[in-house]
Formats: sequence, structure tokens, C-alpha cells
Amino acid sequence: MKLTNLLTSAAVALGLAAGAAMADTTKVGFVYVGPVGDGGWTYEHDQGRKAVEAEFGDKVETVYVENVAEGPDAERVMTQMALEGADLIFTTSFGYMDPTINVAKKFPNVKFEHATGYKRSDNVSTYSARFYEGRAVQGTIAGHMTESNIIGYIGSYPIPEVIRGINSAYIHAKKVNPNVEFKIVWAFTWFDPAKEADAAKVLIEQGADVILQHTDSTAPQAAAQAAGNVITFGQASDMSEYAPKPRVSSIIDDWAPYYIARTKAVIDGTWESKDTWDGIGAGMVGIGEISDAVPADVKAAALAIKDSLADGSYHAFTGPIKKQDGSDWLAEGETADDGTLAGMNFYVEGLEGDIPQ
Amino acid sequence: MIRLEKRPQPSRAWSMATPLVAVLATMLFGGLLFAALGKPPVEAIRTIFWEPLFGEFSFYYRPQLLVKGAPLVLIAIGLSLGFRAGIWNIGAEGQYIMGAICGAGAGLAFYPAESFFIFPLMVVAGALGGWAWAMIPAVLKTRFGTNEILVSLMLVYVAEQFLASVSLGLLKNPEGFGFPGSRNLQSWDSAHNAELITGSGMHWGVVAALIAVIFAYVLLNRHMTGYHIRLTGEAPRAAKFAGVNPTRLVLFCLGTSGALAGLAGLFEVSGPSGQITIDFNVGYGFTAIIVAFLGRLHPVGILLAGGLMALTYIGGDIAQSNLQLPAAAIQVFQGMLLFFLLAFDLLTNFRIAVGKPVQA
Repeated sequence: MKLTNLLTSAAVALGLAAGAAMADTTKVGFVYVGPVGDGGWTYEHDQGRKAVEAEFGDKVETVYVENVAEGPDAERVMTQMALEGADLIFTTSFGYMDPTINVAKKFPNVKFEHATGYKRSDNVSTYSARFYEGRAVQGTIAGHMTESNIIGYIGSYPIPEVIRGINSAYIHAKKVNPNVEFKIVWAFTWFDPAKEADAAKVLIEQGADVILQHTDSTAPQAAAQAAGNVITFGQASDMSEYAPKPRVSSIIDDWAPYYIARTKAVIDGTWESKDTWDGIGAGMVGIGEISDAVPADVKAAALAIKDSLADGSYHAFTGPIKKQDGSDWLAEGETADDGTLAGMNFYVEGLEGDIPQ
Repeated sequence: MIRLEKRPQPSRAWSMATPLVAVLATMLFGGLLFAALGKPPVEAIRTIFWEPLFGEFSFYYRPQLLVKGAPLVLIAIGLSLGFRAGIWNIGAEGQYIMGAICGAGAGLAFYPAESFFIFPLMVVAGALGGWAWAMIPAVLKTRFGTNEILVSLMLVYVAEQFLASVSLGLLKNPEGFGFPGSRNLQSWDSAHNAELITGSGMHWGVVAALIAVIFAYVLLNRHMTGYHIRLTGEAPRAAKFAGVNPTRLVLFCLGTSGALAGLAGLFEVSGPSGQITIDFNVGYGFTAIIVAFLGRLHPVGILLAGGLMALTYIGGDIAQSNLQLPAAAIQVFQGMLLFFLLAFDLLTNFRIAVGKPVQA
């Protein structure tokens, strides 16, 4: 293809020019789906970017574009970054998957890192975090803390990532409180304070005194605070402004160690395409401080789960576990394989309702 | 004393000049905004307007202008017909979504067959999808007198729910590991709205947009329906006496704008985007409203306005990346454009007079 050649030669020419001008500056690009001030998903990716700058100082230059729509716009922004001489580009939303693959084909010398996807190539790696490990800790706290035995869950989209979180939270809440019941509301958005607040209010009206969320704004925290005796957990970011109550703990995405390691690999010339799926152990999933609103014994139980997940002695999906329809999934002591987890499209036994199709 | 005085007749000169003056004022005040943010104003403006057209990598950006501008022009042309007649279709975004869903769905029903029938079928289905979605506010208006602004706008949100539903269900890629989103039409030759000349950015959507501009021009200037549209907008009472059938006009204007928005959606999903996903729509239907007004509801004006809007999007992203301007600043900049346009529009019908009002 003519354009491919053109783009490649331009990139090569630019690479040479840049190489002559600033021999040891590595340029790292970040493509964000939301604004850097969203206080959640994009905010944490941007924290990772800042960590890269802090780590390498003058040796790296980082650039980012925020609010990039998934699809052709993302493709254009990535192409533009590659043309402008980026050596490594992090594309931080699932919807950037096909655009990343398309652009990577045109720029074989640029390395790409796509968050949460499953398509790789010689110069495209994928990375994601085992957030479901954090959900296990949340579920444990939630199961202990609920008095109404109703836990509300604000789902974003019914994709494997979110379903995994619901299952993990439910399994661990049920383990410490057999009477627990989950009510799930699908918001069909990752970030929409108004919708998230509505969802939280509906759940609270239905008797939920614990709200878990897989959406990124702090609106549910505000709704819980207004309602009084309801607890919540920070999502993606610590959301500590709502501590110690309603926010009693949080799942924090910590991309900094990974971004630093991958940037270093590019600087050292050791980068290669791989799939990374790290959890609490590697530090990609952080558990925000468990506040004093949680009794000491509950806190100890939660931290015990966290430690056993971190050192690998316990897997969040350990049998016996049945699927919602009653069929067997994991036998006694068996743990889930990554393939099944990656494509998880079923509820475990005990959860009510259907996954929207 | 400075005051506004109504002109006996709208000024033709100002009517032509306001878009230009608005762009210049936007550059000036946008520059001040960027300077206030601590960014070099001249370089920022240059990056937005110059870089995509004549910069180092313009060989890549120029085709992208077509890709970004085509759906805007196609939708805005349809909207302008209704706007001229005082029929307000605000829901083009929804019609765009429904066109994409129907078009992609009609194609995917035949997956993985390869046939030259498939793409034309998708085009027809896309247009029909958008048309049908626009017919809802049209019929409700003509039968029950509902307000088409409200109905068409609210149907956007219904269409978004449909989009989420088919992305997760009906059209979900069976080989997608449970993730939402349809198959990628780019990797299926029969359904792919590929570039007609590689690297040119020209796809069928761009061709359709250009054809729409020509048709709209002929319709408005040479055809009875076009005359009725203009008459209804400019002199509703005269239109009534001239025997214009308002029901037919509402159905025609909403139907045409819906069909064109549906086409835009189909060309986008089968070409640059490739996939039906939950976040498929990125606001072309709403931006097209700005484009229609920026282009003075005139087909050629819309063509130019679509190009200008595309330029600010592409240049805006470049400015973000190269100068680290926040996305919000770029959006304010785009907002200024419409604001100044409306503000300077005042000068078409009024003039600034100094001194005491003349007694009539």
C-alpha cells in the first residue's frame, strides 16, 4: 500500500532526524478516553504518565491527548503521535483495540501498548489488571458490614471485566455472610455522574446499605453520603475525599510501575510484545486504606484475603463454584483458568437476574 | 450613545462576511485564551489552522479532513432543508446511529458471503434506517401536532440504548471473546467502504456528501419543492396561500435529513470506524447543526463550514498533543466559533448607530 510506505518512510526519516537531534530522548505518547481530571480511570493513567516523567527526567518526553473518541479519531491521534516521533504509545481504552492494531501495522518501529484488549502483534502488547482480586477484598468487607443484607452494585457495561468483578465480590460477600443478596443496576456508561447518582439512589431505596460501583465518578459516593448509613468503595482512584465514610476502602489502578518498566524496556531496547495481567501482588491493583468506619476484625479479615491474593496462596475464583444455572464450573480446590476469566459471560450461582444481552 | 438600529433590509454584505469575521474573532479571543493558559497563542492558532493543511505531515491530515468532514456535511445538508422551512430536526445523531445499525445489520446478515450486492444493500438499509427513525417525529408532528424538536432529540437517547443493546447482543461479534462490538467490516471486502484511491481519504461517504451538496443546490434553486421550502421559512402565510402542503413538507424535510444522517452513519460504520460498538456515535449529528448554521444553511456554505469544523477537530488534537493544550480549551475554542457567528449575525439585521435616535 502506498500510504503505508509513505507513512513508514516518513516515520523512518523522522526517526533518523530525531535521532540526530536528540539522541537519547524517548518519546512516549498516551491516548486517553476521558479527561485527565475525571478522578478515576483516565486520572490514574495520567498519574502513571507523570510517574514516567519523574522516573526518567530529561531522558523521556511524554505527550498525551485526552477525550479521544474510540474509532477513527483514535486512529488519527495515534498516527499523529507516531508521525511526530513517538517511540512508545499507550492506548488506554478497550475501544482503541482495532485502531491500535491498524496504526501499529503502519509503524512497525513504534511500540504500542493497548490496555484491556486481546489483540496483539509484533509491536503491540496488551496489559490489564486483575481488578477482580480487589473485588474479593471489597466483597469480604461488604458482606461483613451490611445490615440489610442487600448490596447494591452499579455495573457499567456487561462485559467480562465487569462480570468478573460482580462474581468475585459476590462470592466473597457470600462466604462471610450467607444471607447476602446483590442488586445490580446497569448504567451503560463508564462515566456519567448524573446516571451514576440515579443508580445509587435507586439501589439505596431498594434497601442497599453497601454500594459497589464499576463506574468512575464520585457521584455514588455523594449519593451515599446524602442518604446517611450507606458505605461505598472508591473505584479506579482512591476517592479519599469521601473517607472515612461513606468510602471505607477502594480499588486503585496503579499503572506507574508498569509504565516505567515498559518505558525502560524501550530505552534499553529490550521491549517485546507480550500480554500482562497483573494483580495485587505486582502492585497494579492497589487497595486503598481501609478506614476506621470498618471494625478491626473485619479489617483484619480483608487484609488477610489481600495478603493471600498478593502472595499467590489464594485465587479469587477457587472451587467449588457453580454457575448461575446450577451447572458445575469449578470443582473443590480447582482455580479458574485465565482464558475462562478473560471471556467470562456468566454469573455464579446465587446471583439473581440476567446479564443484559 | 451607541445603539442598535434595525436595518430596513438585511445587509447582504454582512450576511456573507459574518462567518469570516466570526472565524477571525475566534482566532483572536482563542489566542487570548491560550495565552492565559500559558501556551504560545500564535503557535497554537497556527497549529490548529495551518498544520493539518500545510504542515510537515499534511499528506496524512488532508485526507483525514475528508474523513472527518464528510459525515458533517452529509448530515448538515439534510438538516439545512428543514431548518430553512422552520422544521427543526435536532435528532440527527439518533438517525445516524439507526442508519449505521440497520446498514451494518443488513450486511452482517449475509456474513461471510462475498458479493457485490452486499454493499449497495447496506447503503439502502442505512438510508432507510435513518429515514424511518426521522419519520417518528414527522408523523407525530403531522398527526398529533407534537413538537419535533423534543421528539427527535429524545429519540437520540433511545437510539443510543438500541446501539448498546445490539453491540452486546444481536450484532455482537461471535468471535469477540464476549466483548461488546460487532465484527469489523473493514476486514470483510464485500461490506468495506474502503478508500476509493488509497491514501486519498476519499470513500463513498465523501462522494455522497459532494453529491448531496449539488442536489441540495439544485433543489433549492431550481425545483418547486425547494421553492416551497424557502417560501415556508421566509413567509409562512404566503406559503399557505401559494398552496404549500405543510404535512408533505414536514415529511419530506424530516425524511430527507433522516435518510442522509442514516447514510452518514452507514458510510462511517462500514469505513473509517468499521465496527458497531457501544460508543460508535461521537456527536456528528449535533456538530452538524453547528455546521449547517455556520454555512448559512446554504449548500456551498455548508461544504466550507464542514471543512472548517473538521480542521478545528484535527488541528485541535494536534495542538493537544504537541502543545499540551487541554481538550476543554479546544472545545471552548470551537464553542466560540458558533457564539461569535451568532453574535455577528446581529449585524445582518441591525447596524450600530452613534448619536441620538432619529425621530420617525
